[in-house]
Amino acid sequence: MTEQTPVLRLEGIVKTFPGVRALDDVSFSVMPGEVHALMGENGAGKSTLMKVLGGIHAPDSGQIFIGEEPVVMTSPMQAKASGVVFIHQELSLADELSVAENIFLGELPLKGFGRVDWKKLHADTDAILKTLNVGFDSTKRVGDLSIANQQMVEIGRALTVNPRAVIFDEPTASLTDAEKVVLFDVIADLQSRGVGIVYISHRMEEIFRITDRISVLRDGQYRGTLTTAETDEEEVTQLMIGRKLDLSRNESHHEMGDVALEVRGLSCGALYQDVNFSVRRGEVLGFYGLVGAGRTEIAETIFGLRTPSAGQILLDSQEVHISSPIDALRHGISLVPENRKSQGLVLGMNCRDNMTLPQVDDLTAGPFVSDGAEIAIFDQYRDKLDIRTPGWRQIVGNLSGGNQQKIVIGKWLSMRPEVLIVDEPTRGIDVGSKSEIHNLIRDLAAQGYAVIVISSEMPEVLHVSDRIVAMYSGRVMREFTSEEVTEDNLIQAISGIAAEKVA
Amino acid sequence: MATLNRKDYIKRSAIWGFIVVELAFFAIVGDVMSVSDRTFLSLDNMLLLLKQSAPIGIIALGMTIIMINGNIDLSVGATFALAAIVLLDSLTWPFMQALGDWAIPLAWGFALMTGVVLGAINGLIVWKTGVDAFIVTLASMLGFRGLVFMYNGEQPTSHLNWTLVDFAEAQFLGLHTATWFLLGVALILWLVMTKTVHGRNAYAIGNNREAAINAGIRVGPHFMLNFMLIGFLAALSAVIFYSESGSVNPNDGMLYELWAITAVVLGGTKLAGGYGSIISTLGGVIAIQLLRKGLGHIGADTQTVNLVIGLILIGVLFLDRQLNRQGKEELKI
Repeated sequence: MTEQTPVLRLEGIVKTFPGVRALDDVSFSVMPGEVHALMGENGAGKSTLMKVLGGIHAPDSGQIFIGEEPVVMTSPMQAKASGVVFIHQELSLADELSVAENIFLGELPLKGFGRVDWKKLHADTDAILKTLNVGFDSTKRVGDLSIANQQMVEIGRALTVNPRAVIFDEPTASLTDAEKVVLFDVIADLQSRGVGIVYISHRMEEIFRITDRISVLRDGQYRGTLTTAETDEEEVTQLMIGRKLDLSRNESHHEMGDVALEVRGLSCGALYQDVNFSVRRGEVLGFYGLVGAGRTEIAETIFGLRTPSAGQILLDSQEVHISSPIDALRHGISLVPENRKSQGLVLGMNCRDNMTLPQVDDLTAGPFVSDGAEIAIFDQYRDKLDIRTPGWRQIVGNLSGGNQQKIVIGKWLSMRPEVLIVDEPTRGIDVGSKSEIHNLIRDLAAQGYAVIVISSEMPEVLHVSDRIVAMYSGRVMREFTSEEVTEDNLIQAISGIAAEKVA
Repeated sequence: MATLNRKDYIKRSAIWGFIVVELAFFAIVGDVMSVSDRTFLSLDNMLLLLKQSAPIGIIALGMTIIMINGNIDLSVGATFALAAIVLLDSLTWPFMQALGDWAIPLAWGFALMTGVVLGAINGLIVWKTGVDAFIVTLASMLGFRGLVFMYNGEQPTSHLNWTLVDFAEAQFLGLHTATWFLLGVALILWLVMTKTVHGRNAYAIGNNREAAINAGIRVGPHFMLNFMLIGFLAALSAVIFYSESGSVNPNDGMLYELWAITAVVLGGTKLAGGYGSIISTLGGVIAIQLLRKGLGHIGADTQTVNLVIGLILIGVLFLDRQLNRQGKEELKI
């Protein structure tokens, strides 16, 4: 391999955003016919790197080479023209158009006077579909296809240009096992044609099944490249998280009260089934699982955003019916949502107004909102949570992720909840603020709140939880106490390996 | 406010700067070209200008709240016409005539109630069906206008009540009745939007509906209240205007919705919701009226005026976009 020229090479890429060094001197290359995994925790810089490669972000310094030629990526279109194509996790297809129109979107074949050459379009599309070995034809409406087939359309789009490198970003996130096999066949086919593949995924099993080399990013820095055949999961994980697998467990123990929230046989259609768990006052219950395992949906049901198809929710052993967030708040349940910016905050509003949003009704003096009462609440929780902002007038959209999250948490704490559900507490938050948020969660439990933490990051779940519920594909696979949980049995539980044993 | 940056200051004061530029331009150009022997900047002319901006201005103030809330109301022009008909026609009803001048508050009440009811219909449909307000009010714009024509066919509805005319033409401290209403409404709505729970929640819903729902805010009732409010204001605008004119054509109020939206957007309120201010809309209203009046003053005809206003609107939105750009990082579309 050493004599070959890489199809794609990134050298010394640096990218900074205000306050964050997102990429720090990252180099990375893909050989022809190679499947090269790019791994790293959330926030390690994978997506930023791909955005630089795709021409969405301009790097501060560094150089991209296609073959031996240096290129400057200025737009996704240009990246594609130079032979670098992306298969994104989030599909970007036009549902109402046919497969053929989607595959050749923006580059429909023409035959004079701006008319579309439909015959050529469908012939070309069918040729591509044939190489993908799929069971639908070019006239099918994309919205009628399954997610897996839509992904094939997306891949088909990549094949219109004779790609030199294809980047797959978490391609299997929403695929079944059978569909994965088809995808891997397509990847193998691309490989045999000398295309370089960048494969981004968190799933070790897949990585070891199809990749040749693994490169790891951590905190925006390149941490090394391993040859897949010569390494194991432990070494990769260690490189990713920067320490031995022995992660710091939650070791603080304090008095727990009685059960605050209990869920019995809760189901919500196909999203999750027969979920049982309970959480005590003073306890942190962690929910761990892959994206799409149903964790967020459970939280949304408890918070009244979804209607369960079966099961009971009990607060202090009394069954309650929660049909809206208003009900949930009245019962003392609060949810810090998964997506802070789109679900948790009114970004255009100032800090104080965001914090008092759910209770502004109660802060009035006559017909008007009482400034003083609001500022008092803001000050109290700013001090309590150590929120760093120039003042309450600061627009929330201008704060850092960590401080934004504290505003959301402060918003709910000021409502004096019994049960606090925190979904992905540290998503998109820098490392320093992460541990602050973790300590905050532990402190809240110590103060007697019943806390549920949903997270996709294993270190986080291990660090904050007293007990951990492992979910896979809409089902609770196993419940662990913090003493009995290990990296191994947790991974097994959430990837469905332990399914047979438990069931 | 300490944390407003320079851009925000520019944006907030832009409309008033624009008004000053307009005043200077028309005063100077009017004099140099000497197309008119009147001075543009006379007190009487300015007072008249304020009065003339009241009908659309009052509606535009209501539209501001609707748009901050993330909705839009296209039916206000039709509501305006229907309320006017109710006002003038009810004064001719036998039992009302028997009441003498006491019929006037009653007729006002009928007209205002008409506006509130029409607004409530819009609000209820938007709330309960979840259909986009644009579509709902597009439909009700056609429907309400249909009611206007059903009332009296193509005929104008007329009734002149001299007590009403006197009231509408009165001047207090120099300002006309209509101007006082415009300023009063602006003050009240400013208080509502900046000081009350309803205003706060309206901003929150417009800025991020999902986060508002997650915070336990009932979105529907706020929508409903705002639609009732704008219906009321459209009717109020009609009541003030037709008290003086005494005659309403079935086509009156057409395109008022678009003029109102123009004023609101010119004032900097975002079409997408969550951002805007009552005071800036007042500026937008005055700026548009100044343009119409000023261009007329220097001899332009109505068509030219509309063309210029259209061009200015596009220019303003382009500038706004330039000010709002995040820099080079922003996705190129």
